[in-house]
Amino acid sequence: MLGRLTIDALPLYSGVAMFGAFVTVAGALSVLGLITWMGKWRYLWAEWLTSVDHKRIGIMYVVLALVMLMRGFIDALMMRSQQAIALNSDGYLPPDHFDQIFSSHGTIMVIFMAMPFLTGLINIVVPQQIGARDVAFPFLNSLSFWLTAGGAGLVLVSLVIGKFSTAGWTGYPPYSGIDYNPYVGVDYWVWALVLSGVASTLTGINFIVTILKMRAPGMTLMRMPLLTWTALCASLLMAFAFPALTVAGGMLELDRLFGMHFFTNDAGGNIMMFANLLWIWGHPEVYILILPAFGVFSHVVTTFSGKRLFGYASLVYATVAIMFLSFAVWLHHFFTMGSSANVNAFFGIATMIIAVPTGVKVFDWIFTMYRGRIRFHTAMLFTLGFLVTFVIGGMTGVLLAVPPVDFLMHNTTFLVAHFHNMLIPGALFGYFAGLQFWFPKAFGFRLDERWGNRAFWCWIIGFYLAFMPLYYLGFMGMPRRMEHYNVAEWQPHLIVAAAGAGLILVGIILMIVQLVVSVRRREELRDHTGDPWNGRTLEWLTSSPPAPYNFAVIPEVHGLDAFHDLKERGIAYARPSRYEDIRMPKNTASGLIIGSFAFVFGFAMVWHIWWLAVLSVLAGLVVVVIRGSQDDTEYTMTAREVEVIENARYEQLARAPRPEFDEEQEVIPGAPLRGGVM
Amino acid sequence: MPNPTHGMAPGLRTYLTGFTLALILTAIPFGLVAFEILPRTPALLTIAALAIVQVLVHLLYFLHLDLKHTPRENLFALLFAAFLIFILVGGSLWIMFDLHHRMT
Amino acid sequence: MSAATRAAPAAMPADFLDTERRSERALGFWVYLMSDAIIFALVFATYVVLSRNYAGGPTAAELFDLKRTFGETMLLLFSSATFGFATLAMLEGNRARLLVWLALTVFLGAGFVALEIGEFLGMIEAGASPDRSAFLSAFFTLVGLHGLHVSVGLVWIVVLMGQLSIKGLTRPVASRLFRLGLFWHFLDIIWIGIFSVVYLPGVL
Repeated sequence: MLGRLTIDALPLYSGVAMFGAFVTVAGALSVLGLITWMGKWRYLWAEWLTSVDHKRIGIMYVVLALVMLMRGFIDALMMRSQQAIALNSDGYLPPDHFDQIFSSHGTIMVIFMAMPFLTGLINIVVPQQIGARDVAFPFLNSLSFWLTAGGAGLVLVSLVIGKFSTAGWTGYPPYSGIDYNPYVGVDYWVWALVLSGVASTLTGINFIVTILKMRAPGMTLMRMPLLTWTALCASLLMAFAFPALTVAGGMLELDRLFGMHFFTNDAGGNIMMFANLLWIWGHPEVYILILPAFGVFSHVVTTFSGKRLFGYASLVYATVAIMFLSFAVWLHHFFTMGSSANVNAFFGIATMIIAVPTGVKVFDWIFTMYRGRIRFHTAMLFTLGFLVTFVIGGMTGVLLAVPPVDFLMHNTTFLVAHFHNMLIPGALFGYFAGLQFWFPKAFGFRLDERWGNRAFWCWIIGFYLAFMPLYYLGFMGMPRRMEHYNVAEWQPHLIVAAAGAGLILVGIILMIVQLVVSVRRREELRDHTGDPWNGRTLEWLTSSPPAPYNFAVIPEVHGLDAFHDLKERGIAYARPSRYEDIRMPKNTASGLIIGSFAFVFGFAMVWHIWWLAVLSVLAGLVVVVIRGSQDDTEYTMTAREVEVIENARYEQLARAPRPEFDEEQEVIPGAPLRGGVM
Repeated sequence: MPNPTHGMAPGLRTYLTGFTLALILTAIPFGLVAFEILPRTPALLTIAALAIVQVLVHLLYFLHLDLKHTPRENLFALLFAAFLIFILVGGSLWIMFDLHHRMT
Repeated sequence: MSAATRAAPAAMPADFLDTERRSERALGFWVYLMSDAIIFALVFATYVVLSRNYAGGPTAAELFDLKRTFGETMLLLFSSATFGFATLAMLEGNRARLLVWLALTVFLGAGFVALEIGEFLGMIEAGASPDRSAFLSAFFTLVGLHGLHVSVGLVWIVVLMGQLSIKGLTRPVASRLFRLGLFWHFLDIIWIGIFSVVYLPGVL
């Protein structure tokens, strides 16, 4: 009736695990309770959960990412504290638990923190940047979000019912196969990845079509903003790389469920084929993570240097080059697994080549800042921190690209330091910068600067403390993923690393403080004009927050930096003589329902509850067919309604307080004066 | 070359031509193997070549792809996918057979 | 849908195909097909790598029956042609003929699936089940994945036949038929790969 689900699935085997389960359940219940107590279910359902508006979906993605950041960071704290004390001792985490923690840490941070974070940001911003009213497929967008949430749900549920995988975030067989890991952990991992993988593939398709087909008139490819370019390339990577993950995960699950022999040790299985397929996905995946961050940096650096972007064309070509090359380097993740010198050499050289376009970008950003008027806004601080720190990680990457070096460094903490050096100052700082930068656009008020600055300094110093020792430890020979060790020389460095993690914890807390303070001070921090930073791209033309349709009249684009161009000509806020009816997509619960069935399906497959699995697939199919038979999926916003909204907006523009005139800023005729810096 | 009856709309001719070509391009490889006409390697190469031609026939006559009427974005997606398949499948086979040689 | 749109069998506008193929939905569906092509390509690659790993069990030469494979190939190829004729009927706005050709396509496609299921069951009964060896795992997965796509396609055709009967040949329904056509012909292309990479080399 319930497959292999029994009462033993509860984490009664360990106090730490029980505490984790308790926190998860308590957290979920508090959120549900809070919403009930505030009486917000109707509102939440109608305005958010069933929304197909890219801005709302984007915000929900970012919220999911931030929640999962906490979850994944707790894993990090636990690992750092365990390693700091576990010299010649068992520490406080038994090996099985430690292994679940490093596996869930990687899975959560890459798949359920970074992916939703970047997807959220591009959702909120890109349609506005290209002068569109929404993405090409709004319902699919909602479905992608709910599938991702379903995947995240599976990971969270694994804390309470059953266990998570102990096979790392990459789950290599034969260890992840049925012979060595028959219980539910690996299954949770596979289904979480498959659900979110399908979601990401759909998001990729959605944004490819949106960017290629829905740009405002006059916006040629070479007039697209950098975030749009990087989103396009990341979307191409999403659509074309995730299939490899689906195949690898699918085949592993076939081995586990039906005793097949893709990756088993016996009957002709080939474990290396898994590694091969996984990294065909895995390498483009990390470029999916970094390219949107690069896009954010391009915008932040331009806006807060008060200058045009240096080398726009080279940045575009570099992005496209990275996209192509990212499919040609994947073997560098398994140099040590037996390939011949020729194979290793080819992929090693390709890996070194791919560092070059990124180097070009770094120079472009530096030259953008040169002779600019730098404003040290929080987003800019994250960008500067990125520029310095990411380069270190990049250099260690080129070092690791040399196969003989990699033979010494592979799977040591040197590698761990390298990829965190890429992902934290690279991707995560980019997302943080994007969050600070576009928060006012999404919510109508800026984030508090002082607390943002403080949070930044905790993050960057914390990062150095946490990860520089790991480079050194890697040279000293410390392998990764060690639950305890007996080399006394390592411990001081691990204690420093733990301190770094503690400082990052402070940084996270300060970010929460920033949010709370900003909400409290939101009238002071109000963005009245929609353009709080004197921006250059079209998203700053809309109000903050934008009307549901973004633009009452689709703007015409005459060059790069379309909004800046409009401001220079004095026509940015020209009032149209008349408005037209606008067709908008209707909200729908279908995405939420299908996502829920997908979650139930995943859970049923994990626990071998076959009748439930079949039922949830059929139910999902029924909803898909119903949705696919609906012709009436749009509603009309009348010209009158649009006019009311727009009039209110123009009134707000007129009433916008005039900050002190900043003689360093040019006066744009027809544009409200603004200061932009706190 | 596709043979439209008017503009780029397909006519009966297009489908019948495509169908006939596909039939021939299917019969030949099956015949080659069924009647053991060629030794192994030349047979494999012939099968591969005919398969590629038949795929093109399907693209032209059934999917109506052509350089003039198909939107650029669609052609790009197809070429990008073809390029990726070449690298990923080619690369995988190179890697896996290289490993195989080193382990036997 | 109003009675008016149901009653008159109006032909599709002359530029229907051109507008349709330029549409966002067509591009989106095309990109999805390309991502599906990558999935198949990687499953093909896996098959090739594992294709000789018989683990002392049944081999390809012992198992494959070229007559059956040729039969399956003909069924699928003919169904591509019938779908083409269905498309022509749709362009002329002839709903009745369209339904007939779609029904024939379903019939041929179902025949394909039936033959394939028969093949699989026969193999399993003879001890050549997917868990016997890596070769068999890869075979069942590759061919089965294609068969699953065909089955989904059949369901889709039936659903659209239902929509045609109820709503008539409206613009949205015609759009969906266009995309279904892309899907159906794509599956025939994958099948070319299957008989060229799996069945024919297996027997050689």
